[in-house]
Amino acid sequence: MIPEIGTLALIIALLLALAQTVFGLAGAQLNRPSWIAATTPAVAGVWVFVTVAFVALAYSLATHDFSVTYVATNSNSELPLLYRIAATWGAHEGSLLLWIELLATWALLVAALSGQLPVAFRARVLGVLGLVGVGFLAFTLFTSSPFARLSPAAIEGADLNPLLQDPALAAHPPMLYMGYVGTSVAFAFAVAAMLSGRLDAQWARWTRPWVVAAWMSLTIGIALGSWWAYYVLGWGGWWFWDPVENASFMPWLAATALLHSLAVTEKRGLFKSWTLLLAIFAFSLSLLGTFLVRSGVLVSVHAFASDPSRGMFILALLLFFIVGSLTLYAVRAPGLKSEGGFELVSREAFLLLNNALLVTAALLILTGELWPLAMDAFDLGKISVGPPYYNAVFLVPGIPLVFLLAIGMHAGWRRGLLSSRRRVLAMLFGGALLLALLLAFGAYRSAGTALTIVAFTAGLFVMGSALIEPVEAWRRGQKLPRAAIGMAIAHFGVGVWILGVTGVVSYKVEKDVSLAPGESTTIAGYTFKYLGTKPVSGPNYEAIEARVVISEGDRVIAELPTQKRVYRVQKNPMTHAGISVAWNRDLFVALGDDLGGGKWSMRLQYKPLVRYIWLGAVIMACGGLVAILDRRYRVRRTADAAVADGAAAAEAG
Amino acid sequence: MTPRRKRLLTVVAILAGVGLATAVAIKAFDNNLSYFYDPSQVASGQAPAGKSFRVGGMVTQGSVARTPGSLEVHFVLTDFAHTVPVSYTGLLPDLFREGQGIIAHGRLENGVFVADEVLAKHDEKYTPPEVAKAMKNKQAAATGTKS
Repeated sequence: MIPEIGTLALIIALLLALAQTVFGLAGAQLNRPSWIAATTPAVAGVWVFVTVAFVALAYSLATHDFSVTYVATNSNSELPLLYRIAATWGAHEGSLLLWIELLATWALLVAALSGQLPVAFRARVLGVLGLVGVGFLAFTLFTSSPFARLSPAAIEGADLNPLLQDPALAAHPPMLYMGYVGTSVAFAFAVAAMLSGRLDAQWARWTRPWVVAAWMSLTIGIALGSWWAYYVLGWGGWWFWDPVENASFMPWLAATALLHSLAVTEKRGLFKSWTLLLAIFAFSLSLLGTFLVRSGVLVSVHAFASDPSRGMFILALLLFFIVGSLTLYAVRAPGLKSEGGFELVSREAFLLLNNALLVTAALLILTGELWPLAMDAFDLGKISVGPPYYNAVFLVPGIPLVFLLAIGMHAGWRRGLLSSRRRVLAMLFGGALLLALLLAFGAYRSAGTALTIVAFTAGLFVMGSALIEPVEAWRRGQKLPRAAIGMAIAHFGVGVWILGVTGVVSYKVEKDVSLAPGESTTIAGYTFKYLGTKPVSGPNYEAIEARVVISEGDRVIAELPTQKRVYRVQKNPMTHAGISVAWNRDLFVALGDDLGGGKWSMRLQYKPLVRYIWLGAVIMACGGLVAILDRRYRVRRTADAAVADGAAAAEAG
Repeated sequence: MTPRRKRLLTVVAILAGVGLATAVAIKAFDNNLSYFYDPSQVASGQAPAGKSFRVGGMVTQGSVARTPGSLEVHFVLTDFAHTVPVSYTGLLPDLFREGQGIIAHGRLENGVFVADEVLAKHDEKYTPPEVAKAMKNKQAAATGTKS
C-alpha cells in the first residue's frame, strides 16, 4: 500500500510541477496575474507530494518491505536503522528521488524567501525550476521508479553495499546533491533574467545568496566524500581524480567562478553576459555530472548502480537544458550592456583573472573526463587519463590563482591596489616565505617536492592576507559587513586547505609491509608493532581484526585495530583501516591479506597535515554561511543606495 | 594608456594564458594517457614495449601464487583466448580473487607484466566493461556464436 501511495504522490507531483512551469512561465509572459498567483501553491504542492514519496520509500526501507524491488536490492533485515534510512539514497532510483526532493525544497525556499522580487520575475524563476522538476520526475517515473514491486516478494534483502554503510557516506550524497541541485536555482535566475531582459545590480544581489548556499553545500559534500574515501576505501587517498569525483569538482569550480563574477555584476554592473553564461555552465556541469555518474558510461570505483539505458533520457534532458538556455542566451545576451570600464589593476581585473583561471581548470578537467569517452565512441582505442594530467592542469592555473587571490582581495573597485596595503602585503609575503622555509626544513627536514615551498608560501600568504581587513577593522573599532567577514573566512580556509594538501602530498610516507606477530617496522620515526589477529563479529559482518601498537621512541601513541570485514549477505571483503589522529598528522594502518606462515600484509602510512584539507573546506563553507547572513540580502533597498553602500564599504575596508 | 592599448594588452594576456594552458595540457595529456589492451592483444605484440599501459582480464583459477611471507604475488590474466602472466608487489585490493575480472597497470618486462597497480571494482558482480567486452568477443569467437 505504502509504495503505491509513493507512486501516486510522484504522479501528482509531476502534474503539479507541470502546472508550476506553465503558470510561472506563461503567466509572466502573457501577464496573467491569476496564473502567476497560482505558481506558489503549485510549488508548495510539488514539495508536499515529493516529500510524501520520499517518506514512503524511507518507510518501506525502515519496515523491511522486501516486496519492493529497491528495498530488496538495497537493504537487509540485519541492516541497522541509520543505514536503512540512508539506503533511501544509496542507489540509483532512491538517489534520483533525493535529487527531486532537494529540488522541490530549493524551489520552496525560493518561493518563501523571495517576497521582495517582482512578481513576474519570481514566477519565471519558479517556472524554470518547475521545468527542471518535470524533467527529473518524468525520468524517475518512466525509467527508474523506486516503488516497483517485486513478485514474488523477496524473503530477505540483498543488503546495502558495505562501502556505503558509513556515517559520512550517509551524509555525503544529500550535501553533494544539495549543491548540485542548488545550481539549478542560479540557472533559473539566469534564465528568468534573460526572459525578462532585466539584469542589473539588484538581480545579482538576489542571485548571490542562492549561489553561495549551493556552493557551500557542494564544498561540504565534496569534503565529506573525500573524507569517506580516505578512511573507507581503505587506502588513505583523499582524492583520486576519479571521474565521479571530477563530476562533482567541475560544478564546484564553475560555482566558485560564478560567485566571484556575481560580485562584479552586483557592485559594478559588469560581466553581465559572462555571469549568465557561468550560471548556465555550472548547472550544465551538474547535469553532466548526474548523467556521467548515473548512465554507466564512466568506469569508476564509485559508480554505484548505473544503467546505460537510462543514460539516453538524462542525455536528452541535458541537451534540452543546455541547447535551450544557450539559444536564449544567444538571442538575449547582446542586449545586455555592461556599464563602465575598469583599470588593468583593479578588483574587477583580479576577479576576471580568477574567473579565467577557474574556468580554464574546469574545462581542462572536462577534457580529461570526456576524452576517453570520445576515443571509445570512435573506436580509437581504450584509454584512461591518469592523475598526473589532472594534477598538472589543476596546479598550473591554481597556483597563480592563489597568489592573485592574496593580492586581489586588497584591490579597490575600478582603480588600483589600495596603496595602504602594499607594504603590509610585501611584509606578509616575506613572512609567508620565511615560515614556509621554516616549516619545510624545520618541521619536515626536506624541501619536499618542486612545489612544496611555493605552495606553503601561497597558503600562508593567503591566510595572512585574508586577515588584514578584519584586523585593521578591529584595531580601528569598525564593524565589517558580514559579507566581508565571510569572504575573509572563506579565503583563510583556502589557505588552510593548501597547507593540508601540500603537507600530505610532500611529506607522506607509505609502506606495504609483511609482518608476523611481534614484529615491528618504523616509518617517519613511528614504530608500528603488529600484535596479532583475532576474529570479531559486528551486527551484519564477520571480521578478522589485527591490533597494531604505534610508538614514538619509548612513548606508546596508540593501539589501533584494523579489520578485514566480510559482510554476511554480500560476502564482499572490506578493509576497515585504523587511524590515529593528532593535530599535525594521521597514522594509518590497513590490514591486507594472510600471506601464510603467520604473516599478514599491511599498509602503513604517515599523513602529515591531512586533516587540514577537510578543515580548510569546512572553513570555506563557514565563510559562505557568514556571507549569506549579510544584511543587504535581507533588507529591501533600492539598487542605487546599495551600490553606493557597497562602494563605500569597499573604500572604508 | 589609451583604452585601445589596454584592450589589446588584455587580449594578448588572455591569449598567452590560453596558449600556455593548452601547451601544458597537451604535454600532460600525452604523458598520462594509458591504453587498455586485452591479453590477446598483448600476446600478439600490439601492446607497446617499454611503456606502461593497462591490461584487463579474468584472474585464472588456481593461478595466484605467492612466496609465503612475501608481498610479491604472481597470477595469470586470461580473456579465454590468450593469457598474460602478471607479477605485483604490494597489497591487493579487497575484491581481488581468482575468477574475478581485474585491471592491472604496469609494463611488460621479458614477457611478464609487472604491475604497479591492480584494480578490482568494489562489487562482487562487477567486471570492468573493457574486460567484459573483450571476454565476450573472445567467448563468442570460441563458440562460434554471434555476439
